[in-house]
Amino acid sequence: MKTHCLNLLKLTAAGLLAVLAPEFSRAQNEIQIQSTINVPGLTRPIPVSLQGFSGEVAEALKFDLYVQGFAFVAPGAAQYQISGSDAGSVQGSVVDVVAHKTILSRRYTGADLRRQAHAFSDDIVFAITGKKGIAQTKIAFKVEHGGGGGEIYVADYDGYNAEAVTHDGAIVAAPAWVPGRLAVYYTSYKLGNPDIFFQDLSTGQRRVFAAFAGLNTSAAVSPDGSRVAMILSKSGSPDVWECSAGGSDWMDLTKTREDESSPCWSPDGRWICYATKIRERRLLAKVPAGGGPRQVIRTIGAANPSEPDWSPDGKWIAFTSQMGEFDICVVPASGGNATILVRGQDPSWSPNSRTLVFTRRTGSYRYVVSVLDVFTKQVKDIRQIPGNDSEPDWAK
Amino acid sequence: MTFDGQTNMQPKEKFMKMKLICLPALALALSLAATGCKHKPVGVTPLPGEGQVGEQNPNTLGGGNQLPPTTPPVATPMTQTGIPESATWNLADMTQDRQALAAYTIHFAFDSAAIRSSEQANLQSVASALSSDASAKLLIEGNCDERGTEEYNRALGERRALAAREALAQMGVDPNRIRTISYGKDKPADPGHDESAWAKNRRDDFVLLHPKTGA
Repeated sequence: MKTHCLNLLKLTAAGLLAVLAPEFSRAQNEIQIQSTINVPGLTRPIPVSLQGFSGEVAEALKFDLYVQGFAFVAPGAAQYQISGSDAGSVQGSVVDVVAHKTILSRRYTGADLRRQAHAFSDDIVFAITGKKGIAQTKIAFKVEHGGGGGEIYVADYDGYNAEAVTHDGAIVAAPAWVPGRLAVYYTSYKLGNPDIFFQDLSTGQRRVFAAFAGLNTSAAVSPDGSRVAMILSKSGSPDVWECSAGGSDWMDLTKTREDESSPCWSPDGRWICYATKIRERRLLAKVPAGGGPRQVIRTIGAANPSEPDWSPDGKWIAFTSQMGEFDICVVPASGGNATILVRGQDPSWSPNSRTLVFTRRTGSYRYVVSVLDVFTKQVKDIRQIPGNDSEPDWAK
Repeated sequence: MTFDGQTNMQPKEKFMKMKLICLPALALALSLAATGCKHKPVGVTPLPGEGQVGEQNPNTLGGGNQLPPTTPPVATPMTQTGIPESATWNLADMTQDRQALAAYTIHFAFDSAAIRSSEQANLQSVASALSSDASAKLLIEGNCDERGTEEYNRALGERRALAAREALAQMGVDPNRIRTISYGKDKPADPGHDESAWAKNRRDDFVLLHPKTGA
């Protein structure tokens, strides 16, 4: 928060300059002032020091803090000094250097050291930013083992404690969590066709959810869990469909000849956003849940958008732009100027609407899952499963 | 470690056993599909039936590790109710001849599902093969190059397969004899990363289907 204050000071100084020198600024180019506090891609990381931790605990703390917008500096240069130990169990404290105040001091027992480190980092994030951390969240993703076949996995958000959900060796795609439940939908070619499966992870039970002729893919569950959006081609063209979680009340929401893909829900459950093509231009659009007129969501500055994901706080839509390469972008949910963040594709928001998990292509055409702090653009690959890891979905 | 200790989820939440209302849903969906045709844009022909649901074999699904074992999906019986006159059929009841029509693979321009005029001869050959054998059916596999996101390509591949189905229908082939499947970019013909490979990968493959003996 001190960084924020410093930035604010700089901003004020710049603003004063602009006010005091109107003639000068008119003679030159107009001065442009933009806040860089919590702006996607422009925010400066918060400098912290980290002392007294080793091995897995230090590694987990560093990963957690880096992908949530912190930078590691010497204690003298730190805004917050984090210190502690991991002998037997994790204990640690955070000192606010400017306020000369200890703002957090805790000891963690139970579970394992890694979980304790994650719990500590969540407390650090909350103490400094007032936001809930992401260190104890889950993701699902697909792993391709070559030749197309693969499995759906679930793991901690950093890739640890990964477990296979399927054991079919079939082409799989598009895993999607049910909000608030240990359950996922995914696409599998297991039965010879791309079909949507539902699987309860607490019981292991699964069933075929949608297996119409043609394409069945990209299930997305409404925030209240009662509805499912997906792509079906049973009407003769890939359209966004919606039905109840029980598999009734099927509705074709986009009766176009073009191909729609990757539906997602607004957090209030009122809209379904998706990628489509209108007059040969690839665009993002949204339709009211339950059906209604389509509205285009403009992504100025980012062409060929696909794979939208609406942030849980309702403010942003993250998506993939394809302009030669694939880029991760965000745009205000109502549409407007897009911000291009980093190379990558298929973003999915963290529950706290600050971090994205996405797919990154390596130089050798391998696909890995990474996490990205939207404000600072700090990126780290998560722990990988051998093969091509892609299409991550963050549990919410 | 189990997943039951997560703080961001509600573990052990009662699994509301979702009722399989698939039969009425199926009937409704089919009747909607049947009555909804006139609202569809030109050049879009609904796919027949819901044949795939009948294909699942509970005994072939399984697995398990630290997660609770994966149990097979509940078998949903097929119903013929509400299906229009077109008979449904299952891919599982057909043998696949990948060689017969391999020479007639058609290719597409980048990010396009439009059939080029240069591909008409190949499509005519596929139509002829179907007209000379009334028991034969057709599987069209739509594919894409890697220059598109995964699910975008899965939809584009389906559109490519459906475009060929539409063209064959215009040549007089009963569209109910045709099934489509999209592999997106999962099954490249050429694993390369240049235009020459991409051009080969933007394609529809045609697979001739024959009824299994005894089926």
